[in-house]
Amino acid sequence: MAELASSAAHVRHGSSIGQPLTRRDGLLKVTGQARYAADNHPPGMLHAALAVSSVARGRVTGLDLEAARAHPGVVAVMTPENRPALAQDPDEKAGPFVFRMELLQDDTVRYVGQPVAVVIAETLEAATEGAALLAPRYATEPVSTGLEDGEAFVPPAVGVGAPAEVRHGDVEAGLVAAARRVEAVYETPAQYHNAMEPHAVVAAWEGDRLFIDTPSQGLAMAVGRVAGLFGIPPENIEIRSPFLGGGFGSKGAISGPQVLGILAAKLVGRPVKLVLKRDQMYGPVGHRAPTRQTLRLGVDGEGALTALHHHVRTTSSRYDDFFEPSGSVSHTLYASPAIATTSDAVRLDTGTPIFMRAPGEASGSIALEGAIDEMAAACGMDPLEFRLRNYAEVEPTSGKPFSSKALRECYAQGAESFGWSGRPLAPRQMRDEDGLLVGWGVGTATFPALMMHGQARAVLRRDGSGLIETGAHDMGQGAWTAFAQIAADSLALPINQVEFRAGHSGLPDAGIAGGSAHTATAGMAIHGAGADAIARLAELAMADQRSPLFGAGNAGVVAREGRLVRRDDESRGESYAEILARAGLDEIEGRGTGAADQAAQQHYAMHAHGAVFAEVKVDPELGQIRATRLVGAFAAGRIINPRLVRSQYYGGMIWGVSFALHEAAVVDRRTGRVMNANLGEYHVPVNADVPSLEAILVDEVDPHVNALGIKGVGEIGITGSAGAVANAVWHATGVRVRRFPIAIEALLGQP
Amino acid sequence: MNRFDYVRPATVAEAVAAAAQPGSAYLAAGTNLLDLMKGGVMRPARLVDLARVPGLDVIEALPDGGVRIGARVRNSDLAYDPGFARRFPAVAEALLSGASAQLRNAATVGGNLLQRTRCAYFYDPASACNKREPGAGCDARDGENRLHAVLGWSEQCIATHPSDFCVPLVALGAVVEIEGKAGRREVPLEEFHCLPGSTPERESVLAPGELIVAVRLPGEAASFAGHARYVKLRERTSYAFAVVSAAAGLRLVDGAIAEARLALGGVAAKPWRVPEAEAVLRGVRPGAEAFRRAAEAALSEAQPSGDNAFKIELARRILVRALTLAAAGTPERLPALPASPHAPHPGVSLHG
Amino acid sequence: MSLSITLTVNAVPRTIALDDPRVTLLDLLRERLDLTGTKKGCDRGQCGACTVLVDGRRVNSCLALAASLDGAEVLTIEGLAEGEVPHPVQAAFIEHDAFQCGFCTPGQIMSAVGLIREAQAGDDPERVREAMSGNLCRCGAYKGITEAVLEAQRRMVANAEEKAA
Ligand SMILES: Cc1cc2nc3c(=O)[nH]c(=O)nc-3n(C[C@H](O)[C@H](O)[C@H](O)COP(=O)(O)OP(=O)(O)OC[C@H]3O[C@@H](n4cnc5c(N)ncnc54)[C@H](O)[C@@H]3O)c2cc1C
Ligand code: SF4
Ligand code: FES
Ligand code: FES
Repeated sequence: MAELASSAAHVRHGSSIGQPLTRRDGLLKVTGQARYAADNHPPGMLHAALAVSSVARGRVTGLDLEAARAHPGVVAVMTPENRPALAQDPDEKAGPFVFRMELLQDDTVRYVGQPVAVVIAETLEAATEGAALLAPRYATEPVSTGLEDGEAFVPPAVGVGAPAEVRHGDVEAGLVAAARRVEAVYETPAQYHNAMEPHAVVAAWEGDRLFIDTPSQGLAMAVGRVAGLFGIPPENIEIRSPFLGGGFGSKGAISGPQVLGILAAKLVGRPVKLVLKRDQMYGPVGHRAPTRQTLRLGVDGEGALTALHHHVRTTSSRYDDFFEPSGSVSHTLYASPAIATTSDAVRLDTGTPIFMRAPGEASGSIALEGAIDEMAAACGMDPLEFRLRNYAEVEPTSGKPFSSKALRECYAQGAESFGWSGRPLAPRQMRDEDGLLVGWGVGTATFPALMMHGQARAVLRRDGSGLIETGAHDMGQGAWTAFAQIAADSLALPINQVEFRAGHSGLPDAGIAGGSAHTATAGMAIHGAGADAIARLAELAMADQRSPLFGAGNAGVVAREGRLVRRDDESRGESYAEILARAGLDEIEGRGTGAADQAAQQHYAMHAHGAVFAEVKVDPELGQIRATRLVGAFAAGRIINPRLVRSQYYGGMIWGVSFALHEAAVVDRRTGRVMNANLGEYHVPVNADVPSLEAILVDEVDPHVNALGIKGVGEIGITGSAGAVANAVWHATGVRVRRFPIAIEALLGQP
Repeated sequence: MNRFDYVRPATVAEAVAAAAQPGSAYLAAGTNLLDLMKGGVMRPARLVDLARVPGLDVIEALPDGGVRIGARVRNSDLAYDPGFARRFPAVAEALLSGASAQLRNAATVGGNLLQRTRCAYFYDPASACNKREPGAGCDARDGENRLHAVLGWSEQCIATHPSDFCVPLVALGAVVEIEGKAGRREVPLEEFHCLPGSTPERESVLAPGELIVAVRLPGEAASFAGHARYVKLRERTSYAFAVVSAAAGLRLVDGAIAEARLALGGVAAKPWRVPEAEAVLRGVRPGAEAFRRAAEAALSEAQPSGDNAFKIELARRILVRALTLAAAGTPERLPALPASPHAPHPGVSLHG
Repeated sequence: MSLSITLTVNAVPRTIALDDPRVTLLDLLRERLDLTGTKKGCDRGQCGACTVLVDGRRVNSCLALAASLDGAEVLTIEGLAEGEVPHPVQAAFIEHDAFQCGFCTPGQIMSAVGLIREAQAGDDPERVREAMSGNLCRCGAYKGITEAVLEAQRRMVANAEEKAA
């Protein structure tokens, strides 16, 4: 990717990490040259369009195949009748995170929006109309569509294999002993990721080799899944995913529609492009499940928690498992001698819910932060003071010390910048010059510092340049840039001397880009690969009598800007190029792995933290809300590139605003149809919704999470923010709304 | 989208002749029509493109001080026309509160009047909808209907007309000029849209094939220029349809209201002028109490059609707001957030 | 039915035979002219990702019928830079990190160019935010976008003044 470049002004040689470099893929993106999956058009390509179900449960009893086939330009219609065979049943559950998918295995319908046929045509127009002409007929069955529907059960696990119940201390006793109790029920709606880029696939078969352009947050996993389904060796599959137009979890596992595109290409023996229509993203590609959360809190006379019970009712699909782990935030955020989190769920006739940006933490945090705020108010305490009173010095449920936790600094710096000290305690006390109600709220942000498993390869070349390869994913978080920075430092080269390759399944597996763990995981792999290459080079030099480094042995050598020098005398050394040339080598290779340090994890609780302060204005008569100001202060270990990290925080904070005020799927309870399956009525914030954002990067050194000290920054921004905004609405109006997003009508009570 | 014949007439007469064929639809900018066609909600057999019909894109000052706006004038061109915006500021404000800058650059006057409801069941061909398919039933009636009509609805249809533009237009007595096979006729905007009754598919008085050629505002409509506002309540700050909206125009003489013009948006299948409320205000001094009485009168017939009782009180309050702002005087320049409750209103005491 | 239209796309006049009147400007650009810089986020006028300039005005190309634009001048993201030199809006977007995934970015940039030409917002950030609200960004790059638009506009004014002097 020769065009990748960074504006040089910010580059300081020798230490790329920490520099606020502009995006190396920036020029490509602002000129329209960055190629997303749907931008590909191999010769001979046909267009495919999905026909999807409009009912939630039943069977397809008929399709008007004649009408579709007769439409000019239509080449084929793929149905269960003629769909190419698969080597694996798409309903086979090979592991907890292999999700069942609908690949036209039969005529069953299990949710609205499920693909029931694929039309392949010469043009997009013909394919789309062909799909519409199929006009499926159904035999329907009664549907479950809401949190109240059906029998609740306790799932075997929530989130990623986390226990559905965690108990620490005696909550009931703590509640009985409490001087004050709060019980509150919070509700969060179904939400859809709605990455701006719809899921797309361009698939081309050459014999039993398969070439796929598709956005993926997990290339190696996608290769594995496709290989399994089609019964071909993984090495026959090449997935290119240089840029994702956002993922937010919905592009973590390859989805049914993407595989249908591959099947369509197989059926017609030509390359096929299949792009989801926006409304088709409300079904087969996952969502955040709705929740109803009951929080019971008790405090003693001093405002210290005596008990915290966080119960989560959520939903999964009728045919597969994913349970939003909303209780997790209660495990870490506030100190209490007794904490319990419990979960149950009902099964609905929907697509299977899945990870969505801060899965569990986002929905759980808005509820917990609301309940904490309610308790602070009940105690007559400032909500920030209340949070400090209940500051967790160790992780409450596990008792482990934190590997690092600069939350106090976050509170302090955020409050200072926001001007929190001027906040009146009682609600409904502040007005702006136009008479709008003004409210201030705070929320604590938290997200675990996770690591996946990833690998990288480093090469030092005879011309003195370096190469780093890892199949990392850039969903917008800035992988092309941040990893290049780590790569440069790992090879001790200036960044423009290092070629960085990513976004391709042929490269070493970088692990999945999720859980805010990608920078740490692939970053550590790169770091290790670079160090390995340097070490090999050093060995070469130290063993060579002609090298000034010969015999440096015990003193050791260090890498400095393309040279190896003696640690005890940095004036003695030579360049990488010289070493390789003398050894007659074109290049030398290193390998690295990024993975969690199990021992450290045994000892420490690892989380990023933050504090978000929000101001909202509310029209006292009309109830329209605007989040006029947000200040977030976050501590997340070492910051690779502050410019990119700020952007991650802003994005997360906007998602928080969205959670509190805007986004929700409106589900028709009779049919299970999402009635706002679009971007016009499924509201996400527009530019005018977020007039003022500030993100403060609080210093934090974490010696335990990993050698680079990196925690994640991609998801934490939502947590805290959503609660801060909701709490600010209470402070503005005196009305505690426990159902999100906060609706205008909830605020109309008192003019 | 279905296949269709595409014709591009060069005159009004040709257009009317071309559209006389059953199954025809006029194409203006297409920002509503193409959307509906993509969704399979409308499947016209023939599109009669107005792009080349001359004379439809002119804003003309009339001798009486009024204005004649060609049907193909773009929403943004009208809103930013300095002469127009000065004389009819509430109309400009309504236009600029609608959709997005891009859509306003395309959308036309005629298309805005004839844009169809945003009722989600209407948009979903799998749902029963009397408007889309007469006699099929109305899935909104017992469905997700929080934003549906509270005035003028029927058991057959509870949809609203989503236009912002039409709200101040109807308040100011706009007239629609129509050309058909039988020649030209004029219909006051107030009588242009139909209430659903038992024929919700019939949304306006246009006969099939009739063409809107222009919308006219009479000269006296400009007499409200000093005290005219539009207020629109939304679920996000911009790029959203109105939950409810209101236009108010006042002509003040010696500190008393000589004449008031009031209309509501987002509450009914048509832009809803409220002559009862206008009458309440005639001759009285502007003030919170009088405004509230007018608002009560305006909503006296309102009925929830579902989970939307809150819209009735909201409509009252937004009328009061629009009146309060109008009484305070039209600002020199439209606020940065047109029609928004979050636009600053320096010097106006809004909240009792 | 086949119809022939002429369009000037990024300053290049083109005669285009359309075998199908249904083709929107967006699909024409993306699927038939290989100008894939313009993105499709919703295909319904609800996101702004498809924003291009038609006769100098920003519009949603997904809701414009190509046939209807016969004779028009279209400017897309690919035609914005002057050779190797990025347009001031493009440069400012990079500098202010006004994007993350980049998918909404071509639409944002074309919208910004349209906004600056409209000359209604001036240097008021609130007017810029409102005028950019027809472009959704799910990554939430709005802060950088607003800053970039304001800065690009300043730079363009300064450049124009320099030229004039
Ligand atoms: C995302 C989105 C958000 C929107 N938000 C708002 C909003 O907040 N407020 C608002 O008011 N509007 C809003 N709109 C609607 C927008 O204003 C309309 O789509 C637009 O005004 C229609 O104008 P057009 O020229 O594109 O009409 P077209 O789509 O071309 O036509 C619409 C209808 O009118 C008919 N028609 C057009 N011109 C004539 C004529 N001269 N004579 C007879 N029939 C004619 C057509 O046959 C068609 O049935 C929004 C639209 C979108 C897509
Ligand atoms: S309210 Fe009207 S438009 Fe909506 S579904 Fe019922 S009949 Fe159709
Ligand atoms: S693709 Fe045109 S507005 Fe979304
Ligand atoms: S940068 Fe990703 S949607 Fe805007």
